[in-house]
Amino acid sequence: MTNITMRSVTNLSAIPKEEYLYKCTSACAGCSSSLCLRYVLKAAGPDSVLVVPACCTSVIQGIYPGTAMNVPVYNVAFAASAACASGMSEAFAAMGRETNVIVYAGDGGTVDIGIQALSGAFERGTNFLYICYDNEAYGNTGMQRSGATPLGARTTTTPGGKPTTKKDLDRIVEAHNPPYMATACSAYPLDLYKKVKKALSIEGPKFIHILAPCPPGWRYPTEKTVEMGKLAVKTGTWILYEREFGKLSISGPSKAAMKKPAPLEDYIKGQGRFKNLSPDIIDLMRQQVQQNIQRLAREEAGVC
Amino acid sequence: MLTIATGNKAVAAAVKAAKPGVIAAYPITPQTEIVEQIAEYVAGGDLESRYIPVESEHSAMAACIGASVGGVRTFTATSSHGLLYMHEMIHWAAGARLPIVMANVNRALGPGWNTWAEHTDAFSQRDTGWLQVFVGTVQEAYDATLMAFRIAEDERVLLPMMVNLDGFALSHITQSLDTVELGDFVPPYHLPHAIDTANPLGYGPMTGPDDHFRFRWDIERSMRDARGVIAEVEREFAERFGRSYGPTEDYRCEDADVVVVAMGTLGKEAEVAIDRLRDEGIKAGSMRLRWFRPFPDLDLAGREVVVIDRDYSFGFGGVVAHSIKSKTGIEPYSVIAGLGGQEVTYNDIADFVRNRRPGTETWFGVSDHV
Repeated sequence: MTNITMRSVTNLSAIPKEEYLYKCTSACAGCSSSLCLRYVLKAAGPDSVLVVPACCTSVIQGIYPGTAMNVPVYNVAFAASAACASGMSEAFAAMGRETNVIVYAGDGGTVDIGIQALSGAFERGTNFLYICYDNEAYGNTGMQRSGATPLGARTTTTPGGKPTTKKDLDRIVEAHNPPYMATACSAYPLDLYKKVKKALSIEGPKFIHILAPCPPGWRYPTEKTVEMGKLAVKTGTWILYEREFGKLSISGPSKAAMKKPAPLEDYIKGQGRFKNLSPDIIDLMRQQVQQNIQRLAREEAGVC
Repeated sequence: MLTIATGNKAVAAAVKAAKPGVIAAYPITPQTEIVEQIAEYVAGGDLESRYIPVESEHSAMAACIGASVGGVRTFTATSSHGLLYMHEMIHWAAGARLPIVMANVNRALGPGWNTWAEHTDAFSQRDTGWLQVFVGTVQEAYDATLMAFRIAEDERVLLPMMVNLDGFALSHITQSLDTVELGDFVPPYHLPHAIDTANPLGYGPMTGPDDHFRFRWDIERSMRDARGVIAEVEREFAERFGRSYGPTEDYRCEDADVVVVAMGTLGKEAEVAIDRLRDEGIKAGSMRLRWFRPFPDLDLAGREVVVIDRDYSFGFGGVVAHSIKSKTGIEPYSVIAGLGGQEVTYNDIADFVRNRRPGTETWFGVSDHV
């Protein structure tokens, strides 16, 4: 993807003014994944194709013959996005085109039904960027649990709270040794923008996992969508990092948070999905946060 | 060039001649030899294609879909459970109007585990919008695969196409094969709706009832137009390369009182049975049905018909027998035979004719009519 010009981006004003996601989409109020997509497309530029499985984005793009996006969007079956992108990427390579192939898939289409195709494409070394925007449930069908739903969260199919923990997608992807992978969060668009830029400058399979808070699913007021993302990072529940050719570096906003995480309660108390959690579950969640922080801090420091 | 080859190798040779930009495939018995041979062509530099060794058949078809809309010719091959594992994407390919060509080596479905010939796998994809041809010889496997690219990619068609060959009975037997200098018979790939980032479109987005209905009608209209395109391509193939094909391959049918209709290798086997029956003074002929979709119009008026089905639609009947009954109004003698590779000799086929009971159905070797 050598057509991407790398330039230093230190503040939001350096982000291109061009819009590839039009206004007035059918996204819910406060939808953070569509905000993220706006920055992803600004970073990728017009010579890009989105491959989208069934997910909120396939709704947000609108109904035929309209489209909310100013790049080609290829909709494909739920389990098929990474494989479809493999074919498309190989076709472009065969034709000598350098068009960016970007999968933009939700957590259900990534950690559950799409994981076989994701694994296959990474193992084959497909030249593409796979982005999972993670709202921790099946959003467009009304918030059923997915493999990315965290412990304790109430969804329509875990009305008593999810009894098991969130599938650790990042460690699964990491096991494929991609040249670039990163986490991001919708509350930190500049960080996301830079990561997409960097990912697209590297040949091979790239992966970005975005935490995308969801007001109706997580049951918080729409105006708090940025605050919710910041709390996820500040409490260490979501850690921002990148892994370039295997080397981990914690991203700015998480560096401070990991040294002195905000209390976990700050993050969970404002979300209806975590209402009435038992103290035992909160303890378990806290332990998981601490373990993650320690694991990543040790790895960054080179202590294994 | 005259050589000898298995049915599988003949398909691979045709794929090499048509030069797809992307081949995505997963191995499955008895198709495996096709994807192995193509992998060797690519590795040896005899075929400049991108070969994607996918992790499943679902992904094979998904990759072909991405590559086809991306702007290059695509090919894959499968069989049996692999085809069924693709089923969702089989619909997707046709609905997206992508001229993907696939060889399907016909094989039974489990349980029990059976790798031998049966047409149930292909027929299970009947309503997906794919063109389907069934071949009877190694040469025809080669010729039909070449023509498949030309037919599927024709702008009046733009539908995917499946070339069916019987597992082992054709995939693994060797016969003579005459390969051709293709010239411009298959023109460069051109898809009018290939992805163009200068003209951003939404492909396959949410669609309301009216547009959905119109898209489905467009598929049917193309399926109807495909009859003419197929005839055109088969005629040009005959002019250029000297081998002619049609919706059926008829053998001694002109004055026949009774006609055997079968598909694939049993359709070829029937020709030997016909010679035997003629020697006995029975005016029999055979009509090997080549095209399953679009289903051809058959000239069977005034004849008795014996249909051999290597398939079954449970609770209903033989798929070919009922298709013929519905198309022609003739009540055939329906023989279900050859399931899971059951041995069916030309003597057996001659017996089906000798012992025919129009309007009834028998399961060869299982029920007691034959």
